[in-house]
Amino acid sequence: MDDVFSNFDLVLKAFGLTLELLVISGVLSLILGTLLAAFRVGPVTVLARFGTAYVTLVRNTPLLVVFIFVFFALPKLDVQLPFLLKGTLALTVYTSAFVCEAMRSGINAVSVGQAEAARAIGLTFGQTMSLVVLPQALRAVVPPLASVLIALTKNTSVAAGFGLLEATARMRGFTNNNADARTLIFLIFAVGYIVIVEVISAGAFGLERRWRAAR
Amino acid sequence: MRNTLSRTAVAVAGLALAVSSLAACGKAGGGSSDGVDVKVDDNAASSFDDGTKMKELADSGKITIGVKFDQPGIGFKGATDDAPTGFDPEMGKILAASLGIKAGDITWKETISDNREPFLQKGEVDLVIASYSITDDRRKVVGQAGPYYLTGQQLLVKKGSDIKSVDDLKGKEVCSVTGSTSLDNVEAKGAKPRGFDTYSECRDQVADGTVDSMTTDGAILLGYAALDPDNLEVVGEPFSEERYGVGYSKDSPEMCQWITDTIKKASDDGAYQKAFEATLGKSGVDTPDVPEMDSCA
Repeated sequence: MDDVFSNFDLVLKAFGLTLELLVISGVLSLILGTLLAAFRVGPVTVLARFGTAYVTLVRNTPLLVVFIFVFFALPKLDVQLPFLLKGTLALTVYTSAFVCEAMRSGINAVSVGQAEAARAIGLTFGQTMSLVVLPQALRAVVPPLASVLIALTKNTSVAAGFGLLEATARMRGFTNNNADARTLIFLIFAVGYIVIVEVISAGAFGLERRWRAAR
Repeated sequence: MRNTLSRTAVAVAGLALAVSSLAACGKAGGGSSDGVDVKVDDNAASSFDDGTKMKELADSGKITIGVKFDQPGIGFKGATDDAPTGFDPEMGKILAASLGIKAGDITWKETISDNREPFLQKGEVDLVIASYSITDDRRKVVGQAGPYYLTGQQLLVKKGSDIKSVDDLKGKEVCSVTGSTSLDNVEAKGAKPRGFDTYSECRDQVADGTVDSMTTDGAILLGYAALDPDNLEVVGEPFSEERYGVGYSKDSPEMCQWITDTIKKASDDGAYQKAFEATLGKSGVDTPDVPEMDSCA
């Protein structure tokens, strides 16, 4: 047990890598996912079909399979990337499909009447989108996006079996060396994950409150 | 797609090896079991006291033993094999035989490094013989008898690598199984630890050139090097001492003396040496003597 507290810097470093994976792939997934959602609701047929195909393919693939593809198949094709990049790549590819669908649900939640009314009072297309449709859409996507990011937090633990020494991998090291304190070590690391997830939840709750509209 | 193909190729090659090794030591009758024939003690049940775990196992005629399934030479089971092969399963057969249990009546369960203590504590297995190093911490929660084999941590590299010993590891990427002590040891030497779920995944990373080296007990590495001697080699002197023991539940402390005595007896009548030669000995290492075993408290 003392092993964990005297090596607490290792615990923090491991959670640092978990956060690194979470933040980098979170930001990239939000960008890629939003782009894919734009493809899917947009008027360009080719892009819409691409978006649909991507979501269908990736969302139906287990995350572990995505990881295996990136970590075992790419090297066999002579594609050598640094480990952190491979980890974020796998997580981003997977998560952006879910971000895309959350975004699309938000845009679809704004009734067509809103856009029509905006056009009727003389707003341009840009004004219609930025002043009327997107603010309402963003408000609707906060809860599902928070869920996607929370899932991503927990999904980073898959990287433990792929050469990345993040929190779960470090936990396995500690439990292996301290067979008598497994439960306690498990709880300590669980608390770390809970803290991260609670921060995301609180952030989402804050945004929801700030953007709440009088109806 | 290329990945799938080459994986299939590896699987086929592995199968071929398994079949040829079966043929090489296929003295056992009936075809289902392989490795060494161990003489089963038919009157075993009567030789143990009532109330002991040994008596219970001998009476039931069944035993469940946890072994590794992914360590060639130590404990390995291919997807189509009926039973695992390797030095650890051979030790299991020797112990089971002293209880009057035939090799065919042993239930083999895969244990990975992470679940060996929980499996013993919950009684999911009766014994763990799974490259299970004896440590003080582990002895706090489970019993460990032995050691029956000594090895040490070494390095597996691609032939021609500039890594010659543990001193060359600084800044290199070294893989092993996530959470293992081996990984901690190389981390302390300044290497970048890369943990994977299984040794075979780790070996693939070395073969593909993704990581510079693989590290774990020399016995395990020798098994992998023997499968691919043109590309892989084991380098450096051992830089740790691992003492493989037999794990049992703390609920049955009487098992310790039985395990120790049985291993001693196997060493005296040559069963231990035969088991070694049929498994780890194939990589060319000399058959060791049974090490000095710890006394049972």
